Amino acid sequence: MLSFNALVLICLVYVVFLFVVAFAVERVGHKGNAAWLRSPMIYTLSLSVYCTAWTFYGAVGYAARSGLEFVTIYLGPTLVMLAWWVLLRKLVRIGRSQRITSVADLISARYGKSAPLGGLVTILAVIGTTPYIALQLQSVTLSFAVFQPQVTDAAAGLNSTALVVAAGLALFTIVFGTRQLDVNERHTGVVMAIAIEAVVKLIALLSVGIFVVWGVAGGPGDILRAIEASPIETWSLQPDRWVTLIFLAGAAFLCLPRMFHVMVVENSDERHLATASWAFPAYLFLMSLFVVPIAVVGLAVMPGGANPDLFVLTLPLEYGREGLATLAFLGGFSSATSMVIVAALALATMVSNHIVMPIWLRRASGGATVSGDVREVVILSRRLSIAAVLALGYLYFRLSGGGSALAAIGLISFTGVVQVLPALIGGIFWRGATRIGAAAGVMTGFVVWAWTSFLPSFGEAGPLTAAVFAEGPFGLGLLRPHALFGIEGMDPLVHAVFWSMLLNTGAFCIGSLLSFPNPLERVQGAAIVNVFRLSESARGWTGTAAEAEDLLLMAQRILGSLEAQNLFEAEARNQGKGGYLPDVTPDFLERLERKLSGSVGAATAHAMLAQIAGGTSVSVEDLMRVADEAQQILEYSSQLEAKSAELGRTARQLQEANQKLLTLSVQKDGFLSQISHELRTPMTSIRAFSEILMSDDDMAAEDRQRMSSIIHDEAIRLTRLLDDLLDLSVLENGQVVLNPREDTIEAILDRAIQATDAHPAIKIRRMRPEEDVVLYTDSDRLAQVFINLIANARKYCDAPEPTLDIKVRDLGGGRHAVDLIDNGSGLPPEAADVIFEKFSRLSDSTAAGGAGLGLAICREIMARLGGDIGYLPGQGGAAFRVTLPRSAPEAAAAE
Amino acid sequence: MSRQPAEPLFLARQSYRRRRLGDAARLVPVLGIILFVLPVLWSDAARTAGGLIFLFTVWALLIVLMAVVVRRLSARVEGSDAPQDLDEG
Repeated sequence: MLSFNALVLICLVYVVFLFVVAFAVERVGHKGNAAWLRSPMIYTLSLSVYCTAWTFYGAVGYAARSGLEFVTIYLGPTLVMLAWWVLLRKLVRIGRSQRITSVADLISARYGKSAPLGGLVTILAVIGTTPYIALQLQSVTLSFAVFQPQVTDAAAGLNSTALVVAAGLALFTIVFGTRQLDVNERHTGVVMAIAIEAVVKLIALLSVGIFVVWGVAGGPGDILRAIEASPIETWSLQPDRWVTLIFLAGAAFLCLPRMFHVMVVENSDERHLATASWAFPAYLFLMSLFVVPIAVVGLAVMPGGANPDLFVLTLPLEYGREGLATLAFLGGFSSATSMVIVAALALATMVSNHIVMPIWLRRASGGATVSGDVREVVILSRRLSIAAVLALGYLYFRLSGGGSALAAIGLISFTGVVQVLPALIGGIFWRGATRIGAAAGVMTGFVVWAWTSFLPSFGEAGPLTAAVFAEGPFGLGLLRPHALFGIEGMDPLVHAVFWSMLLNTGAFCIGSLLSFPNPLERVQGAAIVNVFRLSESARGWTGTAAEAEDLLLMAQRILGSLEAQNLFEAEARNQGKGGYLPDVTPDFLERLERKLSGSVGAATAHAMLAQIAGGTSVSVEDLMRVADEAQQILEYSSQLEAKSAELGRTARQLQEANQKLLTLSVQKDGFLSQISHELRTPMTSIRAFSEILMSDDDMAAEDRQRMSSIIHDEAIRLTRLLDDLLDLSVLENGQVVLNPREDTIEAILDRAIQATDAHPAIKIRRMRPEEDVVLYTDSDRLAQVFINLIANARKYCDAPEPTLDIKVRDLGGGRHAVDLIDNGSGLPPEAADVIFEKFSRLSDSTAAGGAGLGLAICREIMARLGGDIGYLPGQGGAAFRVTLPRSAPEAAAAE
Repeated sequence: MSRQPAEPLFLARQSYRRRRLGDAARLVPVLGIILFVLPVLWSDAARTAGGLIFLFTVWALLIVLMAVVVRRLSARVEGSDAPQDLDEG
């Protein structure tokens, strides 16, 4: 038999070998050519931390006791790995995009970077994992004990072995787990050591299996016959336990801190997951292939009192195969150590990021620029946490006495850790999940688990007495630990899993439905649930309050000065600046927070940045207020626009009016010179002739007659001019007196045409039947209008054979219009605007012989008479429409 | 695969295939659950030897199936530059 000391020596050599490998790998990794260290196979093998000493030794014991049920522990993870496309891929992507450092960090980050929630999950993980670490210590010490059956003082020896093992593991974990504060939280050396241990334990178990199948028994056929003859041949499959165990193992595979660590945190490439999706099930397949044969042969060969948990060791020893037994021992040792190392590392990360750092940060609330190196604090807290976690495991091992069957503790531990599942799965698939819901679910599940599984595991001698088991606390039968709500007869494990998960999920859903998430939760929820659609999370920072220098100061303390300076320098270069201080943009803050959260966890990183950036994280309320302001500005500007359009219109109107005034002013000037000229010409001739008459007494009577007649004519012309002016002035001032009487249009037109006979001839065409309309108006004034228009036509019509059409139109409603249309060239459009103004003349043509008052007088008259006069464009010549006052009967009736 | 990604005519078909492979990857665990839970329906007279052979055969089958799906899927994903996450939408 191998001596105990030789065994210890082998262990030491093995451990030193692992140290060397881990150290060498880290050296290579630092030089940068670490690509091959990150192969899919290494990743797959690192997942084997799932296979602990419990599975290495305990699975055979489990099979020896309950037959095939042990395989559920592997089937659950197999199913989870097969579901990689739906589940793990998303988890890994989230882990990478949010720089998640642990399962507590994921929960905390998802639910608004909540520090309390992270702390809660951490505590749960520590409580759930401690028994499991104790289990590993126990299995290592038990396996040591196998090699020294002669030692009588077993208990003392076991305890000291456990202590040494715990101390050694703590040392390894501290050395390689906390060498540097890696922004990716990846540990190449540790992962490589674990991969080697994975190979060792697989080879060890396969060797023992092959030895048993082909060495002890006579091949597979023989083994099958042996199984048929064995006490476990009857497969007493309990459906509830079968399904529950598959679920539990699968869920634990996701939630166990160490599994999350190797699967998500240490993952360097998403594609590795694709390989692991079939390779890891294959690993599990091989690990469990020989479990039943070993159990069956062990049961048949070994003496009755032998511990089936140790068949893997004792069977080779029974046949004197010490080398094989040593290999099996190393396999078990590997299983235990790799689990403890990763578990301690993961728990230490969680404890330091979610318990120590938040407390430290709160204590040092003088701002993140407090004195002291944060880096040192983080690393120290990690190291202390590792030591504390292992110390707790050792303590649990000592207190529990290491008596109970291994598998039972393992399942209790699983059930505790799985309480995170609803918050985890709900968090990555359901945006409506809230912090309140997650906290309620985790706490409910934790309490139910503690009551129905954890506390009862200590037996009736533990914290729960026999009376509590039988009658419930304080005689409340509904709360009996193994018959919650009075439902009896369930398997204790199924009972605990069923109630804890049901109540946990219920509390999670109800809590989420009833509560309202804070803005950061909603931002994070969207970023995590839609991780495949949003490569970046929504913006969280408005960066003006933070000073680049303060940020650099803080980043140096967490990332180390060189890395932080490189980061800042690169950022500054990206922004096109020199030096080490980039502008503090929201983008930069976002990146920096991610980087920091890789080292100290999302909640802590957020809190630290918030201290410097003055808590300027944008809330939804802020966004809404900004949106409101923008909306108001928009409205205001549209109002301004409307006003400016109105002003524009007014300005155009003013401009038009001004233009008109200017035109009129020019016309007025023109008129004044015209009228001066008109007045001056007759006055000059009157004065000249009257002087001749006065000075020349012996003038012939004939000449005198002619001269006085010229004087008379010129005087008449002056009088007419003055009459027109007076007339217009009277009309405009409304001082005119009207003499209305009944008359027909025909009669009025007749008088008008008669009055204009003296003028040059124009052919006038009339439609006499239509003209028989009786009007009640001042017909003399109306005739004056017609006279004016006809005279104008005679004067201005430039056609070779001037013709004037006079048409009477019935406008309906008792109103009539008279159109006077000549066949001349008409008026230019711009003239139509001004011809009715006073003093307006279309040309300087003296042919007019008037002062340009005619149409103005017409317009005034028609306004007085209650009618209208306007220029009618588009008739082929100059056309005027005289809209007549209402016809006689109606007008009479109206008066 | 044999098709060149440069052929625009086949791009749609290729991304279609890729999505269906994603569906296959989703279905394998469902098949696994059904097969692994199947023993629950067996009678009380179930034997360990038979159960052992059944479970390990199914297990090996699922591993091979997944390996095939993953192989084709990664060939598709690497064969085209299109992001593989489109089907998540």
